[in-house]
Order: sequence, then structure tokens, then C-alpha cells
Amino acid sequence: MKYLFALLAGLLAGAALFALGVIYNPFLDKQELSPLAVTDAPTLVLTYPGVASESIAYTNDGESRTQPYPEKVLQLWEQTIRQTSATATLLRDGRNQAAGIGIKFSSAADETRLLSGRALVNSIWYVYLPGRGGLFVEETENYWDFLRDIVVPGYRSSSNTWAGTWIGNMTAGPGALGTAKVTGGSGEFKGMEMLGVESLSVRAWKVDGGTVAAEGRLLIELPRNELADVPAE
Amino acid sequence: MIKTFILGILLGIAVAAGVLYAVPVVDQYREASIISVAPNGGNTEIFYINVPSDRVMSGGHDQAVLPPGLEWPDDDILGSVSTEIFKIRNARDSVIGVAARTSAREGDVPVLDWIVHLPARGSIYVNMNPVAGEGGYRVGEIRAGSRELAGMTGRMTERWLSDESAVPDAPAGRIELAARYIAKQEELAE
Repeated sequence: MKYLFALLAGLLAGAALFALGVIYNPFLDKQELSPLAVTDAPTLVLTYPGVASESIAYTNDGESRTQPYPEKVLQLWEQTIRQTSATATLLRDGRNQAAGIGIKFSSAADETRLLSGRALVNSIWYVYLPGRGGLFVEETENYWDFLRDIVVPGYRSSSNTWAGTWIGNMTAGPGALGTAKVTGGSGEFKGMEMLGVESLSVRAWKVDGGTVAAEGRLLIELPRNELADVPAE
Repeated sequence: MIKTFILGILLGIAVAAGVLYAVPVVDQYREASIISVAPNGGNTEIFYINVPSDRVMSGGHDQAVLPPGLEWPDDDILGSVSTEIFKIRNARDSVIGVAARTSAREGDVPVLDWIVHLPARGSIYVNMNPVAGEGGYRVGEIRAGSRELAGMTGRMTERWLSDESAVPDAPAGRIELAARYIAKQEELAE
């Protein structure tokens, strides 16, 4: 009997060791520098609140950590969209002035592989900037660093919260350098193909409510020739 | 007993690794696509939106907002912008994704854009002519697509179908979106 207990204890210890090894795997790349950080092309910077209750509307399956907002918004409970969230938010420019509206749809990606540090989400943005035009942003986001640096310490904390300063690039593709693909649809952006990066700056997170204080940022690299007169933000 | 414990540790690591490798963390449910071949090339897929039951949100200046409690920003810059988010259905009336419809006015020029997001497949972005033509159809160009729908061009039409069934609790009507996908032609290397 004692051998059986020893084996079970060993199994649990082994599984726990493996989980720790996956979470704190030192061989996984950590993307700290935005691929567009050193661009000399004009850029478009848009910021948005990273907290659901500060957006215009946010919805998901209603059973996730982040609750839909407003409370009575229709939830995405059907099997095909249960792992999808939808956000409508006000976008601000680099001077913190209202610049337009952003709609984001995100769905957990089948390509997620926790063994290799890939907690992937397929996302699209529709951005409409009155007076300028519309953009479509297609990206794959990787939430692995977010999970490891914020969610795991949040669960380990006795208060079930995480507080600090965390800034991370969420975009991991489809561009080879970890950039999003941006397509201009109307106005001055019509016909343009661009690159973009989405990043998140988090200051507080709670186990029973998700992100409490955060700001998101979309950085879009504009073509050099076609918008030469657009000042870099 | 120590040997048994160490064996257990090794087994635990192996089992955990095997489970994480073999069992997908995410497995998006996919409805079988209902696509037909268009007579003059391309593939056609039709989506429906039951109004108002599939409307997730609706907002804009000087218009009724949905859901109750939604606060549309009062910034002047959004004066002409209105946006709606919907669940979208296939021809079997199963919900298969979400879509957003945004309309605005650039001076005298109206703007109407759709994005359609099918979680298991991909997304498309459509610029639509806001002026309805014959039969109440609005026609738009597919500007971009992602994942399985990347590289697609083609058109999408929008039209309103009023419900005339007189069935109690029937929706007021449906929005019909008919997408016609055409793969971009690539030149063969000589």
C-alpha cells in the first residue's frame, strides 16, 4: 500500500514539476522589443482602454473571468462563438484626443501550444477614423507572457491580485517579424498595405475580474511615400 | 520506496507532457460550410442576421442605443459614425460567427463597412456602396481576408428581408449577406 502512495505522490510531484518547467521555461523567447520600434516611417498611434468596463461594449460567453459590459449585452454562448470576444471601443490618438472607433473580434486559436509557449488568439480590428478612413487589422496574438508574468503571479498572491507595471507586445503574426497585417479600406488609407503591432500596458489584474487597470496601443506603420505629409506621432 | 517515488515523478512528467502534447488546448467548433459554386466563377456563401434578436450592440449619436446601459461617446468626431455588432448565421440558421457594420459620412460621401468574423475559419473586410440598387441590394468589395479567407477578393451584397410569416415571436426581418469569394490569381513562374 505504501508503495502505491509513494507512486501517486511521485506522479503528482512529477506533474507539478512539469507544470513549473513549462511555465518558467527559460528557453522560450520573450518578445520585448516591438518590430516597429525602430521604424523611420511615419506611424499612426492609437490607444484604447484595456479594461472591459471602460470600453463602449464588451461581450464574451458570459462565463469567462472578464464579465460582459454593459451587463445586459447579448452574450456569445453558442458553440461556434463560445471562445470569441467582441469589443467596441473609443480610440485615442497620440495626443489623447478622440480619434475614432475600433471594433475588435478575438477567438482562441487552434494553433495554441502551451508546450512551446504559444497561447494564441486570432484577432481582427476594424478601425474607423472620421476624416481619415477605415482600416482592417489582422493579427495573431500570443498571451503566453501575459499568462506567465501576470496571471500565474496573480493566482499565487494571497490577495489573488497582481499589481505592477507590465508592458508587452501581443502581436505575434502573421508577419514574419511578429507584425500584424493592416489593410486600408477607405479614405486616405484606401488601397494601402501596412504593418502594425498591438501592445498592452497592464497595472493591475484580479483573479475574479481579470484586468483592472490597463491600456492598449495599436501602432501602425504608414507607407513612406503615400503619406509623406502625415506627422509621426 | 524512494525508488517508487522517483519512478512516480518520471511517470508524472511523462504523463503530463503526453497529455499536453496530445490533447488540444483549443478546439474551435466548426459548422460545415455551406458554399455553392457561382455560375461565373468563385464560391458563394450566404449569411443571415435575425433582427433584432442577433443584434449584440448598436450605437451612434442621436439614435437609440443597445443594450440598455451602453454609453456612446459624445465626442464630436464620432458625430456621423454609427456601428452595430451582430451574431451571424449560416443557411441552416446556426450561429457561426460575429459581424460588425459601421456607417459614417465623410463630408457628402457616405461610408459603409462590414467585417465578418468566423472563429474557426477567418475573417473578411468589405467596403460597401451605401446606396442600395435594384432589389434593395447594396454591393461591396471584399478588401481583405484573414487565415482561410486570406487572399480572397470578390463581392458581398447586403439586403433587408422583412418577415412576412406572421409567426408569433418571429424576428422583424433578416439581413442577408451574400459573399462571393474569388481567389486571387497568381502568375505562374516562367
